[in-house]
Amino acid sequence: MDRRETIKALMAGSVASSFVITSCGPDESTMKNAKVGTENGEGFSTIETGAFDLDKEGHGYGRTPEEEAYDVKLLSDTFFNEHEMATIAILADIIIPADDVSGSATDAGVPEFIEFIVKDMPYHQIPVRGGLMWLDHESNKRFNKVFKDLSDQQRIDIVDDIAYPKDVKPEFTQGTKFFSHIRNLVATGFFSSKMGIEDIGYVGNTPNVWDGVPEDVLKKHNKSYDEKYMDQYIKPDQRNEIASWD
Amino acid sequence: MSFQIKEQSKKYDVCIVGSGAGGGMAAKILSEAGLKIALLEAGPDFDPANPDQMTQLKWSYESPRRGASTKYRNFGDFDMAYGGWQLEGEPYTTKDGTKFNWFRSRMLGGRTNHWGRISLRFGELDFKRKDFDGKGDNWPISYNDIAPYYDRVDKLIGVFGTKEGIFNEPDGYFLPPPKPRLHELYLKDATGKSKIPMIPSRLSILTQKVNDKRGACFFCSQCNRSCSVYGDFSSSSVLVKPSLESNNVDLYVNAMVREVLTDNNGLATGVSYIDKTDLQEYQVKAKVVVLAASAASSARILLNSKSASHPNGLANSSDHVGHYIHDSTGAGRSAIVPALMDRKRYNEDGVGGMHMYTPWWLNDEVKKKDMGFTRGYHIEYWGGMGMPSYGFGFGVENYNTMASDDSSKKAGGYGAGLKEDIRRYYGATVGFAGRGESVPQWSNYCEIDSDVVDKYGIPVLKFHYKWTDDEVNQAKHMADTFDEIIHNMGGIPTGPKPGPESNYGLKAPGEIIHEVGTTRMGNDKNTSVVNKYNQAHDVKNLFVMDGGPFVSQADKNPTWTILALAWRASDYLVDELKKMNI
Repeated sequence: MDRRETIKALMAGSVASSFVITSCGPDESTMKNAKVGTENGEGFSTIETGAFDLDKEGHGYGRTPEEEAYDVKLLSDTFFNEHEMATIAILADIIIPADDVSGSATDAGVPEFIEFIVKDMPYHQIPVRGGLMWLDHESNKRFNKVFKDLSDQQRIDIVDDIAYPKDVKPEFTQGTKFFSHIRNLVATGFFSSKMGIEDIGYVGNTPNVWDGVPEDVLKKHNKSYDEKYMDQYIKPDQRNEIASWD
Repeated sequence: MSFQIKEQSKKYDVCIVGSGAGGGMAAKILSEAGLKIALLEAGPDFDPANPDQMTQLKWSYESPRRGASTKYRNFGDFDMAYGGWQLEGEPYTTKDGTKFNWFRSRMLGGRTNHWGRISLRFGELDFKRKDFDGKGDNWPISYNDIAPYYDRVDKLIGVFGTKEGIFNEPDGYFLPPPKPRLHELYLKDATGKSKIPMIPSRLSILTQKVNDKRGACFFCSQCNRSCSVYGDFSSSSVLVKPSLESNNVDLYVNAMVREVLTDNNGLATGVSYIDKTDLQEYQVKAKVVVLAASAASSARILLNSKSASHPNGLANSSDHVGHYIHDSTGAGRSAIVPALMDRKRYNEDGVGGMHMYTPWWLNDEVKKKDMGFTRGYHIEYWGGMGMPSYGFGFGVENYNTMASDDSSKKAGGYGAGLKEDIRRYYGATVGFAGRGESVPQWSNYCEIDSDVVDKYGIPVLKFHYKWTDDEVNQAKHMADTFDEIIHNMGGIPTGPKPGPESNYGLKAPGEIIHEVGTTRMGNDKNTSVVNKYNQAHDVKNLFVMDGGPFVSQADKNPTWTILALAWRASDYLVDELKKMNI
């Protein structure tokens, strides 16, 4: 296997070990499955729900050789075990469920984003892993089961105790810290995904011509442009004429 | 286009160290005069149009960390700076418990690839601050000396803005400015209530073309990623690239300069450098050496260029090299503006950076009454509906009850309600960044650390830097001003107001990345390193053309002045060569 083949295998391996249900071998079919999963919008992994491509120079997003090597190293490691990933997925969808605007956190590949980001930023590792342990401990105490195996209502009973850091009982302060932490990662993972960016309604990142705030928005906000500058502002149709001051 | 030369027998007219604003301008002007140039850059070749390197128009999800910063890119995965606050194997140190943070970009074009493009001329007062407040020193030149070069820089490179006729904020040859965004209209009304001016910003972004080699801005707001159509100013795209077409310039990349070489007469004969690709040392010989490696790096090279005739470093008979290093002051604040919640969505990317800013407005007041500081600051503003990336959606519990009319609403939460909260507050945050002038001090300096070398065996810099009361009091004024503006627009500040425990939010020295002054210019060779044409007093064939020669860094961002001074110095250099004075 050449270097890029190895990388692909490593990627597929990490996807498989953490998510794709059976067949963990880094073989061609697993890789294809992972890719197909994405193209169908099922979003198995960060790698596939994102667009970066290890086959391209700069991984398709302008990496230097040092950065390429760093990404490959992160992707070749696995941090969370299967149980932890399953718990993260359940929590993620409690925090960001599907609604009539967009899909859920797992639809957007958030658990795989979290797996990547804790390797990229190791300071997340102990709070998240320890928080998951706390959660299972609390679940066992209340219901004699780990969080993953609780009913929806039982899960919500616990989440309601840890989701509001300013209204928290003393015995749940650590759990609340954890929940705020995972809520940050889930929210950011969701809203920086393709699905999340479409949800929030960001419509930029494309060549266009800025010609000011739309008229109806100006009116709604009771704002207007200063008359003295109107002649000086950019004239969209003259942008490609060479400027002259003489 | 670029290449590495393993053994250099060719003798050049000029060897330029560094390809940022100063080095790029020198390469352009000197090569156009027909001189043969060796241009040395410590980092790799870079072209924002190269698809393997480009990050412009990438989506957050094209980065596995969603654009978050790494040790390789401190300002985020898409920011176009190969470097950062720490470079692997290239340490710097500080002394006496003081702090200085040093940002280095190692790439063609240096830090001009990601800078803010804020392109402000220094005014007449900015060259004569000692006359104004008795502090620091005057420059040996005045605004009239440099104005013709500001004019040329405006026309060559392009800067948008408006003629305002404000004292000490000179107008130039401007391209059309963009219309303000919605939050900027709110800010304009809010600043107006406090009689704080707010005018169209002045950024080196092509809202109209200036030649056929560079495209016009297409409004992606991503100037920090370096523009693939060269629609903004970076030295590599705008100055170095065209100068390489002349065949008068040989570009050496990955060339880490150790020292300036001298002969028995104490004149410069070239430089020695480490080729980072083979770790061998090479020499480039030239009739003239131009240092433009950045204020601190050029000082380091001079201090490391010791010889029998220059025992404490080259061009340093005054012992001034490294002293008077100074950075801009900086402090910030942000707020949520309820009037901007639940906004209609549309593309308001605009140009990279603010469309309006506040120039310093209290020159008269600081003269009249004791405000605890005498130098000014300008205010930069940010806000709007930007692309979500890593960090977006963090800390919902800190704000989702701020502007709620539902008193039962609790901070934090989850589920469909959380999604809705994040949508409601999108685009409702505005931010403030004050950038001010500090008073240069002899007691702030960089020197060679006697104990530490980098991985190339080159002794490293040690910094000693303390703010004075002037800077702290200025930051206090910024904090008060920001809160006044926030109040005027009905905003809610995010987080507590910074107080004396944090020097009112004053950033550590170096963090604004405007460090200048290490080789300051002057008429007296006992109190300055270079003359008013950036030429070393001690070594007539040695010039410094980065921010080092600044006597004082106005609140204006140094790049436009580095460019104008480098052009002026290059004209002088050509003239002196013609006259056989060098």
